Amino acid sequence: MSHPMPTFGTFSLLLALALCVYTLFAGALALRALATGRALAISPERLRETARRAGIASFIAVTCAAFALVWASFTNDYSVDYILHHTNRALHPAYKFSALWSGQEGSLLLWAWLLAAYGFVLRLRHKVDVTLSAYASTILAGIQIFFLLLLNFAAPPFSIAQGPLARDGFGLNPLLQYPEMIIHPPMLYLGYVGFSVPFAFALGALMMRYPGEKWIHITRRWTMVTWLFLTCGICLGMHWAYAVLGWGGYWGWDPVENASFLPWLTGTAFLHSVMMQEKRGMMKAWNVWLIFATFMLSILGTLLTRSGIVSSVHAFAQSSIGSWFTTFLIIIFVVCLFTYFYQRDHLKAENKLESLVSRESSFLFNNLILLVACFTVLFGTLWPVISEFYDGSKVTMGPPYFNRVMVPVGLFLILLTGVGPLLPWRSTSLRAIRRNFILPCVAIVVTAIALMLFGVRPWQDDEAAGGIYALLCFSFSAGVITAITSEFLRGAGVARTQSGKNLLLSAITLVRRNTRRYGGYLIHFGVVVMFIGLAGSAFNQSKEMEMGFGDSIQLGNLKIVCQSFSQDSNPNYDSDFALLDVYRGAKKITQLTPERRFYTASQTTSTMVAIHSTLARDIYIVFEGRNPETDRPIIKVFLNPLVNWIWIGVFIVIIGTGIALTPPLLPIARRVEATDPQLETQTSKLVPTPANV
Amino acid sequence: MSNRLLQTLAICLVAIAMLGATSPDTRVEHLGHKLVCQCGCGQILLECNHVGCPVSPVMIDELKSQVAGGATDTGVLNFFIAKYGPIALAAPMRGGFDNVAWIVPIAVLILATFGVALVVLFWKRRNDNMNPAIADHARLKTDDAIQNRIRRDTNYDNWSDSDFRDRSDK
Repeated sequence: MSHPMPTFGTFSLLLALALCVYTLFAGALALRALATGRALAISPERLRETARRAGIASFIAVTCAAFALVWASFTNDYSVDYILHHTNRALHPAYKFSALWSGQEGSLLLWAWLLAAYGFVLRLRHKVDVTLSAYASTILAGIQIFFLLLLNFAAPPFSIAQGPLARDGFGLNPLLQYPEMIIHPPMLYLGYVGFSVPFAFALGALMMRYPGEKWIHITRRWTMVTWLFLTCGICLGMHWAYAVLGWGGYWGWDPVENASFLPWLTGTAFLHSVMMQEKRGMMKAWNVWLIFATFMLSILGTLLTRSGIVSSVHAFAQSSIGSWFTTFLIIIFVVCLFTYFYQRDHLKAENKLESLVSRESSFLFNNLILLVACFTVLFGTLWPVISEFYDGSKVTMGPPYFNRVMVPVGLFLILLTGVGPLLPWRSTSLRAIRRNFILPCVAIVVTAIALMLFGVRPWQDDEAAGGIYALLCFSFSAGVITAITSEFLRGAGVARTQSGKNLLLSAITLVRRNTRRYGGYLIHFGVVVMFIGLAGSAFNQSKEMEMGFGDSIQLGNLKIVCQSFSQDSNPNYDSDFALLDVYRGAKKITQLTPERRFYTASQTTSTMVAIHSTLARDIYIVFEGRNPETDRPIIKVFLNPLVNWIWIGVFIVIIGTGIALTPPLLPIARRVEATDPQLETQTSKLVPTPANV
Repeated sequence: MSNRLLQTLAICLVAIAMLGATSPDTRVEHLGHKLVCQCGCGQILLECNHVGCPVSPVMIDELKSQVAGGATDTGVLNFFIAKYGPIALAAPMRGGFDNVAWIVPIAVLILATFGVALVVLFWKRRNDNMNPAIADHARLKTDDAIQNRIRRDTNYDNWSDSDFRDRSDK
């Protein structure tokens, strides 16, 4: 029996592997020859160009493989084992497409394809810096080889199913049959994989002793876009967990969630500390290790969740490929360490810190907090393994641990979010501190007092700690928002004085002149809004009840009345649902329909939560099932305050990143003629861009 | 007189203790969030939302009966450790080696903060030693002069909108 599409896919993967091997070795040979001046049979430049083109061709080959798998999914080709186990005929076409990343082999193929796509763009844009791009391209090819080896030999996606051809597949995991699962994994993978590019540039720049900080300018956009993808991926995952898992929360400190959070933390630290290198030529070695660590953490996260080292309810693709990832991780670490020691004299800082109270030191402390957070999450995730190794007993590291340890760290971070931008570079005076901080401090105190007056008095509750943290979070957030707003208004005021326009137009001009700075402020604002939403969870309420016709649940000032409950069926699943009216006083505010589905192909159940969202709170209702004795539905109602603020915050972060990525308006270059030679040499270091003047 | 005073004092103490006592429902809620359902879902005991879950109702009943029986919080948790193993706890709370899990992050935070502060001071001192001739305020003054000079020469303060062009236009 012939299998044209699986054969095509398998061949494409083999071809991609061969092309990447060529890119790696030809690229390395050419770059070595160029660096040492050694003669080769062909010119090194031409060899380098063939390596680049082979890299581009590898993208086409991996694309063909991905296409073959998607094609097999759409044509119900159950001769392919992967398609048999992850799709079925009744599956919605969108989910047939998302089956590409719903299992181990498919998700590795997606990873390889995204990496090839990033490599494709990098190789097309090689003229930015031909030699540095060649180094990065060669390193990317090395990473790609690892994934292609996995796909060709350890987890082949085109394996042929044993036995007679099945008439229908086993279906997709019901938890994955939700619209967000169509975009959440690709976003997350774009983030994970994307960090390969700044990693490759950093390693390449170090290998070739790249002069200056241009590599940072080249990779800045890559890093920011990657960071944005990872942020969106994590937040989409939060929203998916919130809307699908039905336990009323969005973040459970599960190892899979933690694995995605680790590179985000170090990536965020890198985005901040890299500014010190750009502006002051400091922290070079630190930055290089931060981006190395970020990439290694994205691999480590994959290792943790796929190898079964730590168990997770979210791990949809576990297998024995852990040893491959361990080996790969060791190789990366050794290469990074060797390159660092070999070239470390190239990473000497040009300036030193001059004051404990300066923008530089705030970046240092920001890095400190982010890295401590990263360490804590990693330590907590690995603790069950450590504990089992020490005394043989397996323990659980759940939300009680992480919340207690991470919330204070988060509060520190919020505080720094406000403090950092208010401090000038190099050093500051007491007068400037007083002038910049008085208003935010007043906002913190006033907010705390106002909240207490309006009834937020957590010390009166049984669970006081959560409430106190929330009170602090709200107060600090008010301080940070005041700091950001006052800084922005101050700038807009100066712009208005200069241009004579109104405040709004002046503010727009201000942002356009320095997109990076004000985009950054907006990102900080978005993060603060997210924190406000997260703090709302301290005031969650819930109630569970078996409900018949006309029965009601009273929660807060809301009354939920059961109008009816029934069943429905379609080829993909059978469902149980309830119709519930929600009243505030005598006024009906909405009708909600929580559902519980039974998927026939996979013989599994899943909840479809009904959510009514407002800015103040979410009414979140779960159909938990039917009581087998009475056949009546069991309904659980949650009142979750401020959840919408989290999603709004994410939206603001996206806009802020978009602004920060936009090129600023630049002044027409004017010739500067320095008369004083001392000034002349020093002015060359202080190029007047809107960012630093 | 002294007896009456002692009785009054005792009554007051009991009353104060009663004020601090939590109801059984609150204790169940509190302890139920320190335990993990053992059905394999990995969720907090009181958040396990599987109807028909063979484990969580049994565990919740056990929790309620332990609380009703007057066991202390530690006693209740020890009961679950004895029955299901330490994996039943949502966080390491057994003391001994479990304390390491709580101490290490705080220790790392303190040590790292201390380390960063030391590094900053060391850098600052070295920087001062390298430029002993110019005092801090004088150096800042010079830099301010340079900045002002740049602003003046580039006319940055007087840039108007017509001076700006989108970089993409170039």
